[in-house]
Amino acid sequence: MTPAIELRGVTKRFLTPSGGVYTALRDLNLTVQPGEFCAVVGPTGCGKSTTLALISGLEPASEGEVLVLGKPVHGIAEDIGYVFQTDAVFPWKTVLDNVAAGPRYHGRTTGQARSMAREWISRVGLSGFEDRYPYQLSGGMRKRVALAQSLINEPQILLMDEPFSALDVQTRALMENELLSLWANTRASVVFVTHDLEEAIALADRVFVISAGPGTVKANYPVPLSRPRNVTEIRMQPQFSQIYGEIWNDLRDEVLVSYERQKLSGAA
Amino acid sequence: MTAPSSAPGNPAPITDLSALRIRARRRRQLNIYGLRVLVAVLVLGSWELTTRIGIVDQFFFGQPSGIARQLWIWITEETALGPLWQQVLVTMEETVLGFIVGTVLGVVIGVLLGRNRLLADVFSIYIKAANAIPRVVLGALFAISLGLDIRSKVATAAILVFFVVFFNAFQGVREVERNLIANARILGADDRRLTTEVIIPSALSWIIASLHISFGLALVGAVVGELFGATQGVGELIYSAEHNFNANGVFAGMLLLAAMALLAEAIITALENRLVRWRPPAVGSEVQI
Ligand SMILES: Nc1ncnc2c1ncn2[C@@H]1O[C@H](COP(=O)(O)OP(=O)(O)O)[C@@H](O)[C@H]1O
Ligand SMILES: [Mg+2]
Repeated sequence: MTPAIELRGVTKRFLTPSGGVYTALRDLNLTVQPGEFCAVVGPTGCGKSTTLALISGLEPASEGEVLVLGKPVHGIAEDIGYVFQTDAVFPWKTVLDNVAAGPRYHGRTTGQARSMAREWISRVGLSGFEDRYPYQLSGGMRKRVALAQSLINEPQILLMDEPFSALDVQTRALMENELLSLWANTRASVVFVTHDLEEAIALADRVFVISAGPGTVKANYPVPLSRPRNVTEIRMQPQFSQIYGEIWNDLRDEVLVSYERQKLSGAA
Repeated sequence: MTAPSSAPGNPAPITDLSALRIRARRRRQLNIYGLRVLVAVLVLGSWELTTRIGIVDQFFFGQPSGIARQLWIWITEETALGPLWQQVLVTMEETVLGFIVGTVLGVVIGVLLGRNRLLADVFSIYIKAANAIPRVVLGALFAISLGLDIRSKVATAAILVFFVVFFNAFQGVREVERNLIANARILGADDRRLTTEVIIPSALSWIIASLHISFGLALVGAVVGELFGATQGVGELIYSAEHNFNANGVFAGMLLLAAMALLAEAIITALENRLVRWRPPAVGSEVQI
């Protein structure tokens, strides 16, 4: 079976404003199977968002190969959904038109797109808010809009960049469960970036730990917890803490490295 | 507090609080209106008084009652150039046409250069140079090249408007959040869609902000154009009053221009509220001037 996503020996360098070269990712290998829900954890600045940008085709790799659905990525790949780390819904569009954007860009008429959008708005629990503008919504509701906006294109690959990190704990658990049930119906391959290890384990089939920058995959752990899951209840299981302990051992070192560096550069 | 009966742990009902707040705000509004009238009375009164008793020469500085009389004559009878409404209409036409031409050119070229790095790099130096010359002087050039009819006034107004709108449109395009562009591209937007659905709406708040200033500039352009040679218009009216050493006439003409600008400002604000409904209401919009 061809993997849904494959990164082979990928390196990403950025030109810094001062003219230097910054290596964000080095020799990164990562494989996601079709229908697999993967989580990527790592300290801040280790290159998690960059990894998603490479998969989506928003950024080209400096070295190595990026394959999506077996094909090398050149420019924006088809069949990809991307929920960004910071708000990316269009502030000048209503909820309805935000969600309808994807189908319209793919050639549907406004009428068709809107009726598809109504369907998705109700699936993410926002019925009745079709005519609101984003500024009139709470943070959690805006994330729901972003989710519907991505899922309406029925992507085979769904990239999510710390989508729930700005939400309060209760809303977050709610959204996590809803994400799992929406995903169960689509069976897309998911790459879910988070800095929260508990969230990663609760959601994913596999957790990748990225080392402190330049990022590379330090280890990957399967999460053999059964589905369907409830993210709140699953945390009580003994197996959950066992997996958590195992991964945390790895992650802690990286977080400490990253923390020490920030302290150093902060002191300089 | 007006609710002395409310014991601790039994706060006044919310309706009471909001009613209190509304009343306080209304009182504050009334105070402001009162003070505004007071300022006007003081300024106009001392102007009238000092010119009447001769400390200030009304020949040079006019007189409020004289200005009012002048306006009344213009309205009820007619001006040296013909009926007043005709002068207002002529200037308004020049202003609005110049405003539209300048705005359209400014938006189109601003978006074009904002979207295209090469064009921006090539033309930026010329635009900066053109922006550095005092552009009202171009009115003289237009009077020569386009003649004394409406075209030279429209051109003068348009050139003043163009630069302001251009810089705002350009900046607005440059400031579009990269995140929103990335999102639109992921969702499947092509270049044309990206421009019409993300770049322009996002730049619109910048562009509209510039329209407030630029209508005033269009008015300046039209009036300056008339000064360089015209037979009709409020600017020409002011010019002819000045020729006759009629200070009150100059002031009366200025009042007319101010009224036109205020009217346009109201229209643009209404337009803005319609076009950028998606923006949260400005915090502290009451302090706006
Ligand atoms: N466009 C860019 N130009 C220069 N440096 C960048 C750019 N994007 C990201 N970086 C750098 O790459 C590193 C990884 O960034 P990122 O992928 O956003 O980290 P994470 O999402 O894991 O917090 C950071 O140090 C960041 O400063
Ligand atoms: Mg990030």
